[in-house]
Amino acid sequence: MSVLIYTDTSNGAFTKNAFEAANYGSLVAKNEGTSATAIVIGEAKDISILGTYGITKVLHFNEALLTNFDPQKVAQIIIEAAKKISATTIILAHDYSGKAVAPILAAKLDVGLVTGAVALPEGNTVKKTVFSGKAFATIEIKTPTKIITVLPNAVEKQTFSETLSTEAFSCEIPSTRLTVKEVKKASNELSLTEADIVVSAGRGLKGPENWGMIEELAKELGAATACSRPVADIGWRPHHEHVGQTGLAIRPNLYIAIGISGAIQHLAGVNGSKVIVVINTDAEAPFFKAADYGIVGDAFEVVPKLIQAVKKLKA
Amino acid sequence: MKIVVCISKAPDTTSKIAFKENNTQFDEAGIQFIINPYDEWYALVRALELKEANGGNVTVLNVGGAENDPIIRKALAIGADDAARIDAPTNDALFIAKQIAAYLKSNPADLVFFGKETIDYNGSQVGGMVSALLDLPYVSLASKLELNGTTAMLEREIEGGIELIETSLPFVLSAAKGMAEARIPNMRGIMAARTKPLNIVPAFEASNATEIKSFTLPPAKTGCKYVDADNVDELVNLLRNEAKAI
Ligand SMILES: Cc1cc2nc3c(=O)[nH]c(=O)nc-3n(C[C@H](O)[C@H](O)[C@H](O)COP(=O)(O)OP(=O)(O)OC[C@H]3O[C@@H](n4cnc5c(N)ncnc54)[C@H](O)[C@@H]3O)c2cc1C
Ligand SMILES: Nc1ncnc2c1ncn2[C@@H]1O[C@H](COP(=O)(O)O)[C@@H](O)[C@H]1O
Repeated sequence: MSVLIYTDTSNGAFTKNAFEAANYGSLVAKNEGTSATAIVIGEAKDISILGTYGITKVLHFNEALLTNFDPQKVAQIIIEAAKKISATTIILAHDYSGKAVAPILAAKLDVGLVTGAVALPEGNTVKKTVFSGKAFATIEIKTPTKIITVLPNAVEKQTFSETLSTEAFSCEIPSTRLTVKEVKKASNELSLTEADIVVSAGRGLKGPENWGMIEELAKELGAATACSRPVADIGWRPHHEHVGQTGLAIRPNLYIAIGISGAIQHLAGVNGSKVIVVINTDAEAPFFKAADYGIVGDAFEVVPKLIQAVKKLKA
Repeated sequence: MKIVVCISKAPDTTSKIAFKENNTQFDEAGIQFIINPYDEWYALVRALELKEANGGNVTVLNVGGAENDPIIRKALAIGADDAARIDAPTNDALFIAKQIAAYLKSNPADLVFFGKETIDYNGSQVGGMVSALLDLPYVSLASKLELNGTTAMLEREIEGGIELIETSLPFVLSAAKGMAEARIPNMRGIMAARTKPLNIVPAFEASNATEIKSFTLPPAKTGCKYVDADNVDELVNLLRNEAKAI
């Protein structure tokens, strides 16, 4: 019995979601009285940092060919690693890689999978989001081995100080018909799904020319920017910023919604946020019902003041 | 070219979510059901565009009971050629995937479309599972697909960017926003849908790997704390010292 965690990397560095998965997996291991092993694929800087997330052992599959992500290959490596350490729980992040790999693992191993966990398992049951964030379900995994993908902020970060051992690991991987030709990343932009703070704006901003203040506020807060769906649909903002039921679902620590009415489809993608701030001229805007803090006021007056206030705080 | 589009039934996006039977069942009273948006807007429409460009046949495939027939007919009205419904319960993703894989083993397809995820269960599971059960390449959360003969070029969403992927038929993908623009069925389509074949297939033998035990609603917000528009410093102060969010 042990816990295996897939810790994904991007350009040789662990992703924030990988740390979230490691932290979660270590806590599962602690609860089960067993140990947490991470599987690392490809080049990775500073593997020892996983010790601070509670990992005691790393299996390192270091082959350049796997810098090209193919979920079938990654799944095969995880299956072999799980066999090696007799893992009964496999943890992945509920991010783009986890969503691709976890179902393949579950089908190949013929075991139960719960995606999008928001809390630690209790016995064989796991709590996850359903209805696009409008509710939670507690799901029982009926097979002896369980696979779980974890949402950001599912559990509090704990500090561990494990010294970990790293072991080179290799296994046969299937040849596949899939090749990654190119990876395009906006390198200087903070990824929306990983950001701690998100500044988001809607149709209340009247036009794309008014987003300068939104970007400035985001920059001052070290935040990513997002938008409501109509704003992306009319082309005021790029599509990848669209959050909500049909866009990205995000769970930052702080979500600041400016000139967004708070339609049910918008809320579905953001109501997992820890703290919500709403700025809207209309005191009756439904978003205030989901807010922790609110300002009834004109964005064009409030946001510049907010930028100044944040600057003052940091000074 | 034979294309299969897997569609599921989902509650309309405006639905108010409530539960019954001691919070063990979704309360369907007053709920309007639709085709899961990703399956309809992106998977089905892109499949139809490919068929229009390259010829072939588009089958919509659903696992579920007779209550799903209206959404299947809608997919036929949008333009699918025929449909199959595997008459089985839908309580577990792996069980559903096994039904779909068993069907595809005896009815092989060149291209199998899934949606990014169902908006009720939010699993993002079934497509990947089917690819594994059939040993086919899987492109998850694809936002673009172009075909050139049997070679396919796709864009896949990743953290903070996209990946350009090349693969070849047959393969499995899950469709995300960007893949196509939603289509509205016209009168001719709706009339034609009535006579298009909808084959009912008996369930295949499989067991459930998971079971939903109960549902809960998120705790209601305790109430919004209002800050005066002229006192923005106070908001920053609260975010720093009370919420500890900045
Ligand atoms: C199937 C379906 C799926 C959908 N999916 C999504 C989704 O994923 N994400 C999403 O966001 N939407 C989605 N929608 C759309 C959703 O229903 C709303 O229409 C949308 O969220 C509204 O966007 P908005 O709040 O920016 O615009 P509006 O509803 O127009 O709201 C603008 C707000 O700005 C305020 N305002 C105006 N001027 C100012 C000012 N000067 N200062 C401050 N505030 C001001 C107004 O009071 C108003 O509350 C979906 C709809 C459907 C039918
Ligand atoms: N009952 C079903 N019948 C057919 N296809 C389904 C069914 N359930 C899910 N799917 C497909 O699998 C995708 C992912 O579903 P899920 O894993 O539940 O998020 C959906 O977008 C559909 O394309």
